[in-house]
Amino acid sequence: MSALGTLGAGTTGGADTKVTEPKRRGRWVPYALLAPGLLWLVVFFAIPMVVQGSTSLQTGNLTKGYDLTWHWATYWDALDQYYPQFLRSFGYAAAATVMCLVIGYPLAYAIAFKAGKWRGMWLVLVIAPFFTSFLVRTLAWKTILADNGIVVDVLNKLHFTNVTAFLGLTQDDRVLATPLAVICGLTYNFLPFMVLPLYACLERIDPRLHEAAGDLYASPRTTFAKVTFPLSLPGVVSGTLLTFIPASGDYVNAQWLGSPDTGMAGNVIQTQFLRVLDYPTAAALSFILMLLIVLMVTAYIRKAGTEDLV
Amino acid sequence: MTEQQRAGASGDVSLAGLSKHYGDFTAVRPMDLTIPAGSFFALLGASGCGKTTTLRMIAGLEQPSTGSVSIGDRDVTGLPPYKRPVNTVFQNYALFPHLSVADNVGFGLRRRGVKDTRKQVQDMLDLVELGHLAKRKPTQLSGGQQQRVAVARALINTPQVLLLDEPLGALDLKLRRQMQLELKRIQTDVGITFVHVTHDQEEAMTMADTIAVMNGGRIEQLGSPVELYEAPRTTFVANFLGQSNLVEAKVTGRADGDLLLDAQGNRLALPAARSAADGDHLVMGIRPEKITITYAADAKIADNRNRLDGGVIVDAAFIGVSTQYVVRMPWGQEFTVFEQNMERDPRLVPGATVILHWNPTHGFGLESGDLTAGIAEASEDAA
Repeated sequence: MSALGTLGAGTTGGADTKVTEPKRRGRWVPYALLAPGLLWLVVFFAIPMVVQGSTSLQTGNLTKGYDLTWHWATYWDALDQYYPQFLRSFGYAAAATVMCLVIGYPLAYAIAFKAGKWRGMWLVLVIAPFFTSFLVRTLAWKTILADNGIVVDVLNKLHFTNVTAFLGLTQDDRVLATPLAVICGLTYNFLPFMVLPLYACLERIDPRLHEAAGDLYASPRTTFAKVTFPLSLPGVVSGTLLTFIPASGDYVNAQWLGSPDTGMAGNVIQTQFLRVLDYPTAAALSFILMLLIVLMVTAYIRKAGTEDLV
Repeated sequence: MTEQQRAGASGDVSLAGLSKHYGDFTAVRPMDLTIPAGSFFALLGASGCGKTTTLRMIAGLEQPSTGSVSIGDRDVTGLPPYKRPVNTVFQNYALFPHLSVADNVGFGLRRRGVKDTRKQVQDMLDLVELGHLAKRKPTQLSGGQQQRVAVARALINTPQVLLLDEPLGALDLKLRRQMQLELKRIQTDVGITFVHVTHDQEEAMTMADTIAVMNGGRIEQLGSPVELYEAPRTTFVANFLGQSNLVEAKVTGRADGDLLLDAQGNRLALPAARSAADGDHLVMGIRPEKITITYAADAKIADNRNRLDGGVIVDAAFIGVSTQYVVRMPWGQEFTVFEQNMERDPRLVPGATVILHWNPTHGFGLESGDLTAGIAEASEDAA
């Protein structure tokens, strides 16, 4: 945008001068560079949005066909009926985001500051799960968390499942088909989206700033609190966004690791679209999900106040 | 604070057998050095000479391989940086980009539990003439302003020793000259020991009371700027600090406290006290501005002056206050001569045959060695 703005200003300035200049060449270059992305967005984002918006306001059924009747009530009905799934979506996504941050921050910190020549290898390991399909990886967690598996055995022996049961995250000494399993799956699947922006941000911090803080009487712990962490905030913000947004819309983890009681908004949308074939409700649900995410992200960015991020 | 100032009065920095190895590489050879409290001390040398490593060992940012660092009576060798009574002005300043200028300057005070730092921060910013920029972020300041914030951030803690790591390296020449005088003024005002690391010999000479010239992880020579310039003790110092004309000579006799020398067939005299060499072979040196250049045909030169005949001017560069001549001597060596532009002899042009002569007390004697030591280092840093 700003590139176009400057360009426009530049041409006006040129027109003011009386001397006839040769026509400036390459004015079309910014537009040419924008064209593929713009075209992509129009075809695969703008048009589907319009279609979807129209679908959400239609009434009718599959056999007779649908008519656009501006039936806003679909939205209220959908929200009224499926608000538990929305709450669950955002709750699970938030929990997974916090867990990603708790696991990912030390990992990114270690790679950025302590890994030395092994940095590259660690980064490859972080993205290595992407070499396997998302679905396969999620299904693997079914085995890991199986009722008679080692993990659940150990968790039971440590009475960890008692704690999670108390929090309402597990039931009957099992992990699979509980909220905990869904949150674990989401955490696992979105961890790289937390680690990579955090790493990129931490890695840019000048190590001399740590030395300067130490020189100015800050212990290593204070140095982290007053220098490293504040400087890594842009990474925290982009990492949490990259984790929270896709996690709230996810349905694979809830479907394979959860139970009917752990359904998320994504599962409802999938069911409405593909099984119930109630397209207006499905479209309305999609819009609600999108709107809520946009609202939450806007509030979050406002609060985090990171001018460095954008 | 009073306690600290009292400690500062006896706050000599003492390095005893201090050295640093990285694997097989020796950055600093075992070094003994005492930096008197309240002095402006410069560690001068080319890149890789070990000066920054030495500074970082005093700061605690680098652990020595052997030896100890003491400040006053206190051995600080094992202390982490945040427990040492020293502060550092880092190369490129290392200002905290997320904090305002005032918060940067108050950082050290707050870490030591000072509650209300506002007054002290404002006073310190006024000292470096940045009071009006307290609310800015470091990135909104010019290089010179950032540099002064870095100095203020360190000085506000009234450390016993202020360490400066190439603090002016990132500034342009004019600003650098200005900041040199500024830093010197501040040091005189606050009376804290300054240890300054630099590769710029002019900067070291302008600012420091005492300079240690470092080369290859050792201190080559320690002394006041005048001592180092007028009586260098090694060929490295002679070439690195200013320019020198060096010529191999043989001692042929002694008379009245003078050494009588034979240099490429010329008889020269040198006060024995001005020679750092013991043996019969030494290197005689003379600074370019100490030499008088005379057109050969009308040579009326006093007998008590050293003279070299038969030189031919190969280059004459007029640079305003002086003219720099390059003179090829009969044995092939080139001498540099700086002549004030007072009564210029128009016959002194390239091709003219000249006599170079000087007062023997201006010469200096060095242990034989590589005549070109230090030349490459000096020009590398000028570039």
